[in-house]
Amino acid sequence: MSTPSADIIDLLAGIRPGDALDTVRSRRPQARENAQRSFEALLEPATPGDFPLAERYAVAVFVSALHGFSAATEFYGDLLGDEAAGLLPVVTAAAAAASAPGPFGHYREPGLAAESTDGERWNPEARVADGLGIRLSAALAHAHLLVVRPREARPEDLRHLVDAGWSPDAIVSLSQLVAFLTFQLRLAWGLHVLAADPPSADAHSAAHASASAARASLAEGA
Amino acid sequence: MTDTVTEYPDLARPEAFTQRGLGWVPWLSPVAEDELTDAQRDALIEPARAKMPYFRLLARDSEALRARTLTDLDIFYNVDGGIGRAERELAAAATSRRNGCVFCASVHAASATRESGREEDVQRLLDEGVDADLGDETWNAVVAASVSLADTPLAFGEADIARLRTVGLDDAEIVDVIGGAAFFNWANRLMLSLGEPEVPSRQQGRS
Repeated sequence: MSTPSADIIDLLAGIRPGDALDTVRSRRPQARENAQRSFEALLEPATPGDFPLAERYAVAVFVSALHGFSAATEFYGDLLGDEAAGLLPVVTAAAAAASAPGPFGHYREPGLAAESTDGERWNPEARVADGLGIRLSAALAHAHLLVVRPREARPEDLRHLVDAGWSPDAIVSLSQLVAFLTFQLRLAWGLHVLAADPPSADAHSAAHASASAARASLAEGA
Repeated sequence: MTDTVTEYPDLARPEAFTQRGLGWVPWLSPVAEDELTDAQRDALIEPARAKMPYFRLLARDSEALRARTLTDLDIFYNVDGGIGRAERELAAAATSRRNGCVFCASVHAASATRESGREEDVQRLLDEGVDADLGDETWNAVVAASVSLADTPLAFGEADIARLRTVGLDDAEIVDVIGGAAFFNWANRLMLSLGEPEVPSRQQGRS
């Protein structure tokens, strides 16, 4: 399929050309362009190698759904529907079963043991795993680990991917894909929240005045 | 068949969060330095990164590495308007503290200290955690927003924006905070899941 020409972060955030945040984003042109290129490299690569597009879109639907970002889940769902429609209901069901708050997890570092927390550690149940197949089952379990409890990642998690047929190159691309999505979804979400709450001129100058006063009093106290 | 995944049973591991420099060892083989293709070298952006196993591992997907690196550099080092370098590094450190990336937190806590001169405030973030009072409302608001943005499912909301506005940040500054914090969700997950931090030998034996 062809590469979408729209900026995906603007699309997910609801930013249109000429909006105030379009102008703000244009001050970081290299970041904006390369966030888009990251999307293209990871989700629309010219040479997908041994990580086919259908698997990439399936991971993206799953990760978007875990984030509770419905516009993104629909967007990636459309891509998956075009590429491998039969996978969409299976991945959607897996994501619903996998929903879990994060970040949580146990620390490897002994000095941080008191901060270790528990939560939902997800692996697909047998029926879902049958629908996903061995490779995608392993990929979604790994995506869940990275999204909700990244500090629990260990070498054996990579071994599970290797055992399921993932090559080192594809593991790097899968890791990049999941990690990139946790950035893309947060940036789009944050911009959307900001756009929905524009500064009022009065409130802004009042805030400036109060912040200046606070800094002044801090300086006096110092 | 040789083992694809490398473990380090005798690694000198950090005990907790620190501002001291840490090393990082990969669990998968990086591309050997003398086997990097031109496209892979180009994707490193900075030639010195050919010495670093993390970047040579990411070079297995050179297009993704290249785009990742250029995104990173603009969010953190483009000082055309927006918020200061120290606050961007603080957002990175707070995100890393919340997600639990000891390696990323060490790099960006040290950078926040270098940019601000506020080593003790930064150390409090590492020692006490993301609820520590860092001594002024702007820093506290930047940390709180970064921590909120790390939540899954996404829960960052109006109250986070309101707090950033209350300390006097404008939209361009807020976008830099969101960009820096969002980017470290990406970086933390790569650093945490493809390898682990190591205390360099020059520091071992020191308290």
